[in-house]
Formats: sequence, structure tokens, C-alpha cells
Amino acid sequence: MSTDTPILSIKNIEVLYSRVISALHGVSIEVQKGEVVSLLGANGAGKTTTCKAVSRLLEAERGEVSKGSIEYNGVDIKTMSPYDMVKAGVVQVLEGRHIFGHLTVEENLLTGSFIRNADSASVKRDLEYVYSRFNRIKDRRKNLGGLCSGGEQQMVAMGRAMMAKPNLILLDEPSMGLAPQLIEEIFEIVKTLNEEDGVSFLVSEQNANIALKYAKIGYIIENGRVVLKGSAKELSESDSVKEMYMGGGGDEVSFSDVKYYHRRRPCMV
Amino acid sequence: MWEWLPFFLEVLVGGLLSGVMYSLVAIGFVLIYKSSGVFNFAQGTMLLLAALTFVSMTERQVNFWVAFSITLVLMVALGIIVERTVMRPLANQSLLSLFMATVGLNYFLEGLAQGVWDSAVHGVDLGISNDPIFLIEKFPNLGLDIIISQFDIAAAVIAGSMILGLTLFFQYTRTGLSLRAVSDDHMAAMAVGIPLNRIWAIVWAVTGVICLIAGLLWGDRVSVSFTLTAAVLKGLPVILIGGLTSIPGAIVGGLIIGASEKLGEIYLAEYFGGQGIEHWWAYTTALIFLMIRPTGIFGEKEIERV
Amino acid sequence: MYYREAGRLVKSFADDRRMLPLKEDRLLSTLFVVGVMYILVTAFASDYLLSAIFIPMMVLGVATLGLNIATGYTGQLSLGTAGFMSFGAFAAFNLVLRVDWMYIPLAFFLAGVIAGLVGIVFGLPALRIKGFYLIVSTLAAQFFSEWIFNAYPWFLNYTTSGVVNLPPFHYRVFPFQELTPLNDAFWHSSRGRYLITLTITIALIVACKNMVRSSTGRNWMAVRDMDIAANVIGISVAKTKLMAFFVSTFYCGVAGAMYSYCYIGNLDFMIFNLRRSFLVMFMVIVGGLGSILGSFLGAIFVYGWPILITRLGDWIFGGGTLDTAFVENNSKIVVGTIIIVLLIREPGGFAALWNTTKQKLRVWPFSK
Ligand SMILES: Nc1ncnc2c1ncn2[C@@H]1O[C@H](COP(=O)(O)OP(=O)(O)OP(=O)(O)O)[C@@H](O)[C@H]1O
Ligand SMILES: [Mg+2]
Repeated sequence: MSTDTPILSIKNIEVLYSRVISALHGVSIEVQKGEVVSLLGANGAGKTTTCKAVSRLLEAERGEVSKGSIEYNGVDIKTMSPYDMVKAGVVQVLEGRHIFGHLTVEENLLTGSFIRNADSASVKRDLEYVYSRFNRIKDRRKNLGGLCSGGEQQMVAMGRAMMAKPNLILLDEPSMGLAPQLIEEIFEIVKTLNEEDGVSFLVSEQNANIALKYAKIGYIIENGRVVLKGSAKELSESDSVKEMYMGGGGDEVSFSDVKYYHRRRPCMV
Repeated sequence: MWEWLPFFLEVLVGGLLSGVMYSLVAIGFVLIYKSSGVFNFAQGTMLLLAALTFVSMTERQVNFWVAFSITLVLMVALGIIVERTVMRPLANQSLLSLFMATVGLNYFLEGLAQGVWDSAVHGVDLGISNDPIFLIEKFPNLGLDIIISQFDIAAAVIAGSMILGLTLFFQYTRTGLSLRAVSDDHMAAMAVGIPLNRIWAIVWAVTGVICLIAGLLWGDRVSVSFTLTAAVLKGLPVILIGGLTSIPGAIVGGLIIGASEKLGEIYLAEYFGGQGIEHWWAYTTALIFLMIRPTGIFGEKEIERV
Repeated sequence: MYYREAGRLVKSFADDRRMLPLKEDRLLSTLFVVGVMYILVTAFASDYLLSAIFIPMMVLGVATLGLNIATGYTGQLSLGTAGFMSFGAFAAFNLVLRVDWMYIPLAFFLAGVIAGLVGIVFGLPALRIKGFYLIVSTLAAQFFSEWIFNAYPWFLNYTTSGVVNLPPFHYRVFPFQELTPLNDAFWHSSRGRYLITLTITIALIVACKNMVRSSTGRNWMAVRDMDIAANVIGISVAKTKLMAFFVSTFYCGVAGAMYSYCYIGNLDFMIFNLRRSFLVMFMVIVGGLGSILGSFLGAIFVYGWPILITRLGDWIFGGGTLDTAFVENNSKIVVGTIIIVLLIREPGGFAALWNTTKQKLRVWPFSK
């Protein structure tokens, strides 16, 4: 494998739910090894759907990738199960945390390591490592997951994903319902994990400000289509993005002016 | 003044022993519910199916252990097939849908069993003696003149060791923790790569085994016929008292229901116009317990955050 | 589809609140009810069709609707439907028996109320117990009803056989109706019983439709979807659940009364057993949770399938070849399979299938 094969390459996929509801029509995204890529879009744009298409969790929601292909490290993942994906090193951190409420924080983390069949010594090492990255949850290790605060739960969910030693984490709306300061903290952790542990990230976000601050590349997705792609710097300076996703870009602009990029063809990568 | 005591004890002990058999049925429920959120209503019919398969072989002079092993294999296969064809496609559906699927499954298996075998009554003989034990003869210095059924004791021992083994297996293994994770949140379990299918297949296979053992014990006790499916109705109040997700709960629940049923039958029935109160009495007992603890004695409290 | 919503402007609030917003819908349903159900069927259907097909399907449809109100609309699982039906049946029987001037619609209504009160009693635990734990309460109701009508012969008017033929005396269908032989002959005939059942069923459907589209129904659904959240937005969960139990068992009670008076013509506590509860539950699943149309579709299918099989067997192999055991096993297997397949493929049941078909027809042939 040459070094420039992207770790993830989504090629013009379409997704159907229940065989009739079309959620994505033409989404192409590429994540290079060691990159943080952010996926921006409003509610219902299709961010979660994109992540689930990659982690293969779509099937559990009666969804399917009906066209296009997804390659992980150059290999088509069409036939893989969610289990295979985690085994291969792709873990999704679900939107809304989804931690195991009746398990303690530590048990939650342990479940992440099962996939590797590791011996208990190395699992212990990994636990310590995760606690060192996520300081906040260390004191809570014996607490029930369901009783943790939203921010702690987000960290447990991310820590649990890290226990699987992934190469790529699909982080779905980590900022959901969190205070700005905590969001910053979470993204700082993302940065550390990315820089020090070499994990690549595809981060879906509504909060464009923060997502573009920490990402290298950004994609904007709207109504199931990628409508804009660019480096984070470009995007955060683009007027339309400012207007639509960052709240305010100066004077009142008429709606139709703002949405000029709608008329562009979906960008093919 | 204590003349009533021996008789009371006799009734109580009899009730507790039959309660262990209820626990056995209940544990099958708990395992499946815990791991997949499926309230398996087909338990009773699976039990019947196991007993019928076994009986149909022994009645044709097949050796006991051969019949037992064949049935065992078939029940494990049935469990796995059910998991594949019914439960797997239903992953992530609401608990109500899952429950209803098992009700459908129950109906299906019932029709199948009745179609393949007849609805005649068969007997099972496990070779356990049915003679009563007079406690005063065995242990004279205890001074208790009560009668205990030998069969009940044997059945309770078998059921009890089965329960113990299962508890250990699921409490102290990685499979056990995976099981609890799966029972909490299917989607999250899938996201961290717990192979749901494998866990469920294990659980359904184990349930098949439990159904076989319970089916034989019940079959020996009350004969194998379609009334055996009523075992599920005995198991229900038990797990609900104990808490749907708790194996110890199933045991305690079984003992409570067993004892309360027998005691109710002896001491209460006369105030209620005679016979036949045991059905609703068991459920009323369960209801009383649930009013005090809405998720059963050991049941996990639902963690609700809006 | 020849008619559609597009281009209909709603000009007044009253228009907006109509039960059937489309004129064509109103026209068609009126035509169906009056033209087909009242006139055509009454005039031409044979006694067999009336008493073995139409009446039981409507009666079971009402029971299914009752269960659907508790389970489909409010999310409270109930396994005691047949038990609640028996309360209605026995109440109606005793009312007609013991109150001189009683007439049938009132007796059925009161029977429903009595069943509803029983339903409230067994629904009370729902205020504390949730989810599957609640089936304890409804199963208790089921077994309690099976026991009480057996243990206390007063309910059966001390009939020793355990079965009372209905009506053992003349009943009134209207208040102060004269009990002439001609009246009796008509109202006791299958045609008369059909008309009674039809009218009551339609009244109950309209009432249910109006409940579920008003705040009552919205509260039910809010409680179903998440009762804590419903509580937070100011819905009294306790009141809503008890209301749902009352209405649900009211429907079951009326269905029970109709079952014995209009369908089988006798009163027998043995038929309102757990099996029948499950049958009604199947009707709900097959038809579709939370759907009025589905309740009836489910009842028609689950009740009709064995009959259809028997008929087909008679037709193909000659009369009486298929023995009842075969038909029973076959329908168990088929209904069981259909339930599972529906739950996997179309959790909304027949009602959802009908809706998707309608949607597809609407765009046909321009898209599929
Ligand atoms: N299980 C499902 N069945 C049918 N449609 C679905 C399902 N899940 C999502 N959709 C539809 O797919 C579209 C995209 O949804 P998705 O959840 O991917 O949006 P999102 O960008 O993640 O939004 P949000 O920011 O609100 O999380 C929406 O129109 C949604 O209604
Ligand atoms: Mg999303």
C-alpha cells in the first residue's frame, strides 16, 4: 500500500433508509492518514448517516448504501460487518454518547477492549492510558455510566473507542449539549489523540467554529449532498459558511444570496 | 400451641422446592431478556418441544442418554436458528416488537409441535424415585414429623446446580460483561465491536439447554402434554418479582412464588370459595411485591434522564 | 388514486378540524357505510355470512381496537383483553337479567363502563409499574376473571352447566320497546344482531377516531413515547394512563357483551381465556399498533384465515377433507410466521402496508 492511499475514501455514495427514504445522494469524502476532517451540516443534513455508512451501523437502522463505494485503506468495506470494521480499526463514537448506563465507567471502557482479545495486563495498561487522556473520568471509574454528566459521558464514549486502539475514529457530534468550555476540552483531547497517537478523525459537527478550528479539511453537507469542500482555513473565511454556520457575517444578506453555492454542482472529489 | 407448625413447614418446604423448578424456567427468561431485551414468550413452547422430542425417542426404546444428547443438539440448533431468523433481523427494534415476535414464534412452534407430534399425553421417567421421605424417620432428633417428596428434592438439586453454573459463567466472564453491555444498548455494543450475533447465539443456545432440563423435570412431574406450555405462565410472576435482569432475582422469585402458591392453596383458598385460586394468587403476590419495588427485588432501576 | 390533497385550501378552523379532510373520503366512507354495510349487506348477505363472518369480525375488531388503545396508543402492554371482555359480557348479562326495563344499547354501554372501572382497578399498578412488569397486573386480571365467574355462580344466575344460553328471555333494543314476537324474531335473527353490532361498532370507531385526534389521544401518545417527558411538559401521566385503561377496557367490555349477545348467543366464562387474549394481541400486531383501520384489518385476517383455509380445502379436495386439527395447526404456523415477518419487514402491520400502497399508487406510474 502506498503511503498516499487515504485511510478513508467515500466515493459518491447514496444511502436509502427502509429502501425508500433517500438520505444521502452523492457524498464523497476523503480522510488522509493522520488527518482530522470535519463534516459540517445542519440538522438532518446527513452527517450521522455518513458516519454510520462507514461504520456499517446503517444496517441496524434499516439503511443501506445503494450506490457508490467506501474504501478503508484502499479496501472496499461493502461486505464487512460492524464487528469487522472495529476489528480493522474504525470505531464510531455515536451521537448522543450511547454509553452503557448500567455498567460502571470502567466496565464501559473494558467493553471497548474486547475486540482485541488482549491479555489482562495490556488491558490494564490501556485503561491507565485512557484515564491519563481523559482525566475527568478517572475519579468516576466506579460510578454507573448512566449517572455521569453529559461531558463525562462523552469522554467515556471516546475513551471506550480508544480502548479498541483504532486508526480512525468517527466522532459524531461530540459537542451535542455541552458547554463551550467543555467542547473546547473535548477537541483538545481530539487534537492530542491525533497528534500523539496518530489516530485519524472524521468529526461531524454543527458547530463550525470549533470544528474548523481543529480540523485540517472541512466538508459541508446539505440535504444529503456535499456542497462545499476546502481546507479549514478557506472554509472559515468563506462568507457563505460564516453566514450559515457561524452565526453572522456582517450585514443582512438575503437568503437566496447566501445560498449561492447550492446551484453549484455537488463537488466530486 | 405449635401443632400447626409441622404441617405449615411441610407445605412451605414443598412450595420452596417446587419454587426451584419455577426458577429454572425463569432463568431462561432472564438470560435472554438481559442480553437482548427480548421477553421470550416462546419459552414454554420450547420447553414442551424439548420434552416432546425426548419422549418421542424414549418411547421408541432409544437409550436415555442418546435421546438426551440428540435433544440437546436439537435444542441448541433451535436456539441458534431462532436467533438467526427471528431475532437478528429485529435488532434495534422496540422492546414491544421483540416481545411480540416471540409471541408469534410461540404460536408458530405450537402449531409445529402439534402438527409434528400429536397432542396426546406422554410420560417421562427420569428414574428419580417418587417416594416421599418421612423426615422423622431419617432425622429423628430433628423432631419434625413432615413429609417431603424425594422427587422434589432431586429436581431442586438439579435445577439448583444448573442455576449455580450459569450464574458463575455469566457473572465472571468476558461474555458476561459483553452480555450486560448488549442488554444496555444494542447500538453502542455494535459500535464498540461486540458481536451481537455471537452473544445472542450463545444465549439462545443456553436457553435451549435450560428448556430441555426444565422440560424433562416438569415432564416427569406433571406429564408431557400441551399443558406444559403453562410453565411459561409459572415463570412470568417469578421473574417479575425477582427483576427481569437478575439471575439471583429469578431464584428468590421462584422460591417466593412457590411458597406463596402452596401456602395460598392450603390456607387461603377456603376463604375464596374453594379451589382454583393459584393462578391469580401467584400474580397477585407478584403484584404486591412490584407495588413495593416496581422493578422487582433485584431488578435494575431504569435510569431515566430526559 | 384519483384524488389527492394537493390544491385543497382549508379556509376555516372547522374545515381544518374535520375528521376526514377530503370530500372524496367523506363521500366514499359514507357510501361504504350506508350503501354497502347497511343496505347491501343487510339485504343480501346470507345468515352464515352475517353470523359467522361479519358479526365476529366487527366484534373482534372492537376488542382489538380496545387493546390498541392501551398498547398501541398508550404503550401499556395488556394480556388481559379476554378477561376484560368477560367482565363486559357478564355485566351485560346481569344487567339485562336483573333490570326490568333495560335495553341492549344501554346495557352494553353500562357493561363497558363496568368493565372500564375494573380496568381502572387493574390499571392502577401502571402508575407505579412500567413496561413488561405491567403484564403481571393484566394477567392477574385475566386469571382473576376466569376464576371469579367460575367460583361465584351468582354471576351465571346459578346455572349449573356453566353456560347460559342467551337470550333466555326477550330483550329490548330500544327503550320502552314492546316485546312483540315480531320484534323478537327480528332482533334475534342474524340480521337484527348484525345491525346492532354494526351500529355500535361504527359509533365506537367514530368515538375512537375523535379521541385519538384530540388532546386525549395526544396525551396517550406522549405518555407512550416517553412518560417522564410527558410529565415534564405538564401532562398528568397518572390521569392519562388511567383514562387509557378505562377507555381501552370499555371497548373490550362492549366487545365482550357483543361477543356473547350478538355473536355466539350464549354466555360462557370458558371462552374468555388467555388464548383469546393472545388472539386479540395478534390482531393488533398484524393490523398495526396504533391504527384504527389496522385493528379491523388484523381482526379480519386473524379470524378469517382459518375459515379461508377450510373453505379452500373444501373447494380443492372436496368437502370436509381438512380436519380441524390440521386447520388449527396450519393457521397457528401461518399467523405466527406472518407476525414475525411483519415485525421484521413492516412493523406498522397491515395498516402501514395499506398506507405505503396508497403512497405508491399516488405517484404511479411516474415513479416507483
Ligand atoms: N433510521 C432512519 N430511517 C429513516 N430516515 C432516517 C433515519 N435516520 C435518519 N434518517 C433521515 O436521514 C436524513 C439524514 O439524517 P442524519 O441523522 O444523518 O442527519 P444529521 O446530519 O446527523 O443531523 P443531526 O445534526 O440532527 O444529527 C434525515 O432526513 C433523517 O430524517
Ligand atoms: Mg446526526
